[in-house]
Amino acid sequence: MIEPIKPPRRKNPLLRTRLPASPPRPRSRTSHGFTRAAAEGRFMLQRCEACGAFAYPAREACPSCLSSGLTFVDAPRRGMLLSEATARVPSDVYFRERAPWRIGLVRMDCGPTIVAHLHADCVEGAPVRMSLQLDKSGQAVAFAHPEGETPNMADDKQWREMTADPKFRRVLVTNGRSVIGQEAVAALKAAGARTVFVGVAEPWRPFAGEKLLRGQDGIEIVTLDAADEKSAADLAADIGGKVDILVNTTEYVRPGGLLDRRGTSIARDEIDQAYLGFINLAQAFGLAMRMRGADGINNSAAWVNILSVYALSNWPAFGAYSASQAACLSLSHCLRAELRPGGVRVMNLFTGPVDTEWFQTVPPPKVAPRAIAQAIVSGLKGGLEEMYVGDVAEEIRQRLAANPKALERELDR
Amino acid sequence: MTNSLRTPYDGVVIAAPVTIPYVRYSIESAQWWIGRALSALVAQAGIKASDIDGLCVSSFTMGTDSGIGLTQHFGLCVRWLDTIPLGGASAVAGLRKAARAVQAHDADIVACVAGDTNHVDSFRLTLENFSRFNQDAVYPYGAGGANASFALIARNYMRTFGVTREDVGRIAVAQRANALRNPHALMKAPLTLEQYLAARPISDPIHLFDCVMPCAGAEAFLVMREDTAASLGLPAARLLSTIERHNAFADDPMQVRGGWAMDIGELYAMAGVKPDDLDVVQTYDDYPVITMMQFEDLGFCKKGEGAEFVRQHDLTIDGDFPHNTSGGQLSAGQAGAAGAYLGLVEGLRQVLGTAGPTQVRNASLALASGFGMINYDRGLASGAAIFAGPSR
Repeated sequence: MIEPIKPPRRKNPLLRTRLPASPPRPRSRTSHGFTRAAAEGRFMLQRCEACGAFAYPAREACPSCLSSGLTFVDAPRRGMLLSEATARVPSDVYFRERAPWRIGLVRMDCGPTIVAHLHADCVEGAPVRMSLQLDKSGQAVAFAHPEGETPNMADDKQWREMTADPKFRRVLVTNGRSVIGQEAVAALKAAGARTVFVGVAEPWRPFAGEKLLRGQDGIEIVTLDAADEKSAADLAADIGGKVDILVNTTEYVRPGGLLDRRGTSIARDEIDQAYLGFINLAQAFGLAMRMRGADGINNSAAWVNILSVYALSNWPAFGAYSASQAACLSLSHCLRAELRPGGVRVMNLFTGPVDTEWFQTVPPPKVAPRAIAQAIVSGLKGGLEEMYVGDVAEEIRQRLAANPKALERELDR
Repeated sequence: MTNSLRTPYDGVVIAAPVTIPYVRYSIESAQWWIGRALSALVAQAGIKASDIDGLCVSSFTMGTDSGIGLTQHFGLCVRWLDTIPLGGASAVAGLRKAARAVQAHDADIVACVAGDTNHVDSFRLTLENFSRFNQDAVYPYGAGGANASFALIARNYMRTFGVTREDVGRIAVAQRANALRNPHALMKAPLTLEQYLAARPISDPIHLFDCVMPCAGAEAFLVMREDTAASLGLPAARLLSTIERHNAFADDPMQVRGGWAMDIGELYAMAGVKPDDLDVVQTYDDYPVITMMQFEDLGFCKKGEGAEFVRQHDLTIDGDFPHNTSGGQLSAGQAGAAGAYLGLVEGLRQVLGTAGPTQVRNASLALASGFGMINYDRGLASGAAIFAGPSR
């Protein structure tokens, strides 16, 4: 049984800050099939198209029939823990600092045997439920959970390395004026975040929903206009060392594409707010987050972006906005690579049109801001990297995978 | 498909057992250690380097070199060449190939050599770059290396067959007693069962004295025909039988037996001997529990009776079952791929009567086994050889 983790004490500046380290990172190209699955929280294994056998580790030919038709498919998660081992003096720096580290050999009901990280409540000879997770190197690993719920399950030491659970962490939500921002604050607080800083530009100006934020225990309104480089830098100078999770809720939605708009002024605003705002936030907060990636219970753990799913395929009705989102998506991959040495994960939430005033003209289904807030929390708790929130986003994901040209044509109407 | 009958190793002999004494760390390269072994082979056999017309090499730390680079490096002109990357099974595998080469006159004198250096970070680098499955699906899990992988196997084996740490410890303790008689063994202090049991855990149930000590060193021998040895006046052991097997029992969910179990009938039939006839046995002891598994799989007792076998026998040089007489890898050290050669070379000295302080009296028939390559969840390679000294 797991002891609940305790709230971190005030940091002693005389003690060493534990520096981030990365678990072993090299993988074969084929093995990144697991990375893709882990990013979305799926459990996939290679399965032979010819004989139906499951295989693991990643292979180039089926060990049962030598077919090269091995495809990653969603696989049954249940297995049996055959044997376990506790590494006490690993040769790798990351594991050495976290030893003892418990691993096991799991025989999957669907056939293969998998070496996995073990949740502390896994018992030899008992069934386990497997998941694929991204470890602090950003690569996929197999993780075995007990089959049922156990007390304080999410507080498991090894599991917490795989996730960015808000519990006891300090979060910066960058835009408290938006409904998504306000819902995110509430959801993160409810998930156990110790402090939620809420960025508000010119906070002396009243705004809708202000009552939900002001004067609440554990919620601090801070001055932040992400599009303003100095504003971002000033705030980082103040709280940069205590932002463990950053949720970028910057929102700037305007309808229109290219030809029906005159000039670049609206496009420039979209770029200023979404793209350059992202750059300002990254430059202000990224370095400290990367440096604090292993700093105890409340180490910095994740950066969250909320992106339009039309970042993936342009929607001409909101064509320039889609382009600004595509720019942010590309930049998020750069940020992911640059935060990776700190073990800080970058999670992108893709949404369809949100149920707010700027999508007023768009017919339903639309995504409720609360659904996005809940997805942020569940993604952080599950250690995900890509999430598709709502039916529209999920549909776009599937259509894009099926035929990107068909999607492009059909978005034009 | 049934296997056809194998050609006997008639007229094939092994000679000139060479050990270059081990050191814990070396600033020299693997090539340096292999060079020392070749030089010692030539000196011991009383031949010229140019008489060597076959070369078989194993090493983990040669960098970008393989056997071909070594021919030019050492000025050897050979007509038969092999590089064997089979870890702990390299010696038996090399011997098998060399034996057939000299038997078929593809070569007359084959030098079989294994050597590795041990820089302060060699061991970690070897762990990180061991195999694709290891890189993808083992090393990222706690980076415990072979210790963690064998811990999984050991724990399951011990639970399945009711084996205790004390049972396994008897093997390590006996080998330490042997090592104290081997001046080249790295371990110089006696080891009691109490000390063994009190050792710190490395990767439960693997504790400190279950682990080999990585080091630098080299081992070598020559393979030739009986007539060649006779013309050189070289004492030699006759090769009676060998087996080799890879990826055996793939359907066993966890490894409780090695490939030997598949082939021992052939091993003893080809040699025309029984397990009881052996005077000295050298197993591959990367972990004592693997040695216990070999006692079963090589036919000294039934599966599951390894612990009882160890309790019933004295495994020291003067005991009733002389085993790993040099101290084995557990007490002499594991010089990378040379660890595969350690038992075979020591067994060769035993049947030639040149083992000195570790000599088993009247030893004339020996078995040496190999085991290696924990590619993913189990050791894949296994092999064994039986050979007889001139007195038999």
